[in-house]
Amino acid sequence: MDRRIIHAGLMVSCLLGLGGCINVAAPEEPIVIELNVNIRAEVLYRLAEDASNTIDENADIF
Amino acid sequence: MTMIRKTMLAAIAAPVAGLVVMSGFAAPAMAQRDPAYEAARSNGTVGEQIDGYLGIVGQATPALQDMVNDINIKRRTVYTRKASENNATVEQYATTAGCQAIARTVPGEKYQAPDGSWKTRTSAPPERLPICP
Repeated sequence: MDRRIIHAGLMVSCLLGLGGCINVAAPEEPIVIELNVNIRAEVLYRLAEDASNTIDENADIF
Repeated sequence: MTMIRKTMLAAIAAPVAGLVVMSGFAAPAMAQRDPAYEAARSNGTVGEQIDGYLGIVGQATPALQDMVNDINIKRRTVYTRKASENNATVEQYATTAGCQAIARTVPGEKYQAPDGSWKTRTSAPPERLPICP
């Protein structure tokens, strides 16, 4: 009797888990946007030193 | 000889600066800001934008617009060359320079906050884009 309840409970949680997985997979777009932000930030970090030198070398227009 | 040449250059530099700007000559690498540009920064009529270009903060006058356009055309030329050298887009390079130019503002100067509004730099760090290095 107790085992049946446990089994039923496990099945329900499996189904819930499965449902959860499907829900996580759905919002793909926000994840992509965040990736783009990270890539952009990475590019800016890569360019930082060069840009700093550029400002020093062109002090008349900065 | 060199000393005399430098003195002569210094003596003619200021009055000639405007002509040099108009004729499109590349300014010497270590040249300093034109007094009119320096004054516009100090009194907050121009400010550093997020995109790496100079902006007019209040009412634009023809003279102010000319000066800002001239500086921004020069900046864009530099950004374009440097972006190419670094395998980046002009926008990426310009934004990076904008991050740095805003960071380098001194108290009293204007800069553009991430929300697009103009802020006056204080002794506190400026508000910059979260992606700024």
